[in-house]
Amino acid sequence: MNYIKSTDFFLPETKNITALPFYISEVAAGFPSPADDYIDKKMDLNEHLINHPAATFFVRAYGDSMQDANIESGDILIVDRALEAINNSIVIAVYNGELTVKRLKQTGNKLFLMPENKDYPVLEVTKETSFEIWGVVTYIIHKAGS
Amino acid sequence: MKILALVDCNNFYVSCERVFVPSLQNTPTVVLSNNDGCVIARSQEAKTIGVPMGAPAFKYKAFFEKHGVRVFSSNYALYGDMSQRVVNTLSTFAPSMEVYSIDESFLEFSGADLKNLNEIGQKIRQKVLKWTGIPVSVGFGITKTLAKAANKFAKKEKWTNGVFELCDTHKNEDFLKQIPVNDIWGIGRKNGKKLSDHNITSAYLFKELPDLWIKKNLTVTGLQTAMELRGIPCFTLDKSQPAKKTIVTSRSFGKPILSLPELEESVASYVTRAAEKLRKQQSLAGGIMVYIETNIHNTLPQYSNSATIKFQIATDYTPELISAAVKSLRSIYKTGYRFKKTGVVLLDIINKNNRQANILEFTNNIKNEKKNNLMKILDAANTRFGKGTLNYASEGINQSWQMSRNFKSPDYTTCWTELPEIK
Repeated sequence: MNYIKSTDFFLPETKNITALPFYISEVAAGFPSPADDYIDKKMDLNEHLINHPAATFFVRAYGDSMQDANIESGDILIVDRALEAINNSIVIAVYNGELTVKRLKQTGNKLFLMPENKDYPVLEVTKETSFEIWGVVTYIIHKAGS
Repeated sequence: MKILALVDCNNFYVSCERVFVPSLQNTPTVVLSNNDGCVIARSQEAKTIGVPMGAPAFKYKAFFEKHGVRVFSSNYALYGDMSQRVVNTLSTFAPSMEVYSIDESFLEFSGADLKNLNEIGQKIRQKVLKWTGIPVSVGFGITKTLAKAANKFAKKEKWTNGVFELCDTHKNEDFLKQIPVNDIWGIGRKNGKKLSDHNITSAYLFKELPDLWIKKNLTVTGLQTAMELRGIPCFTLDKSQPAKKTIVTSRSFGKPILSLPELEESVASYVTRAAEKLRKQQSLAGGIMVYIETNIHNTLPQYSNSATIKFQIATDYTPELISAAVKSLRSIYKTGYRFKKTGVVLLDIINKNNRQANILEFTNNIKNEKKNNLMKILDAANTRFGKGTLNYASEGINQSWQMSRNFKSPDYTTCWTELPEIK
């Protein structure tokens, strides 16, 4: 069944204080701007991309070990530490004291850090590994056309 | 019943560095004061091998090398940002809190069940560690002073697992007997000595003293501290965090400065930093004070002085602030002295968007708008590409007077070009 969706209404964003100019010169009176009725909410990317500001960090990815996951060298990753990593999450992990970005994979009772590039080795997390999840990658900021 | 928690970050500065360099975990690590002078933060490992607080860095150079101690200059941009994250995470636990210092906050719980305190404390520890990477200790008490004392146990004693409470007045006494009088919050070194001289050595003995004796010897603040140890609240939460009324930027130089041009550079550069802060909090300065000092710790001739300029119209325009600062500096400068420190204080700060207007401002609207836009571009560029990307020529090029920060970590969380790099 199809619903007809009503138009979305937006409230003006009031968090930013905009100083109003005080005009000593003349004020034009005349035909009002036809665009005035269509003032929309300002869209803040933070609102869309960041759920836990206190727990969110930006990091820069280097190298090509995750190129098949669309992570290219120099891309900025948004990392949320508040999230729990699950099977197949792209994570920032501490692997033997080094920070690394990989895909988390659980098979049976084994845990792996998977590169997304066949030229790189799969890292297995064993009892001897010092291992910790640092955060979960939520977005990849990748420049178009570069 | 109201219960207060003091949440204290463990070895805060070192912990901040460790979040981004996990290999520092289990490595003795220290952070140095301004100018890389002395040790102001130590990891547990550094404490264990015997690095004392305040150890002068130059004296310990060989020791650090021998024991593989990792040394960092203070990185206040990083510590400030991480502190804010800890505070924001803590605010999810209690509606009322006081940020007491960069690494300590009081939380207020009303109607919390004493039986659940350990559980609440562990939850706080786990969440802050997971969200920010910073380990904390939690102390509960029915007064601020008891919460502070409880935190000492939480931090020092392994068996507490980082959480301890001093909420039951009768049960407390055994623990208060273990707290040296010098460790009580609010008892300074002088009063601590006074008390030890009278054989008052523990918090327990102190709180048992007669009120009149305490008031006579330690004034009313001392009496309030004793009452807090007895479980009677005297210090309430200070929740206000008003916008800064003054902004101070001052530094000690890496080496003594004799020449006026170099002092001018340093002052111009401090004004630039202060003006950035001013614009960030949407304020204007009504005046500016500049001061200079020689090193009081040596025997050379001493001189210090300050000068203040008031503005006809409050301003946040860096060039205007710099020229006032340089003018003040020239009026107090004297040749022949070896200056150790300069500082800039922005005074009479007011809200930019909510203030009494001055008619003179409106006669030159276009020029004012140009000034505002220029400052916006300047701030945006320096935020995007790092501090000092765009500089005023008056700040100097070489900046030979800069304080030494030879071991500073990147501004991981506040600068796009210094983000953590991850393979």
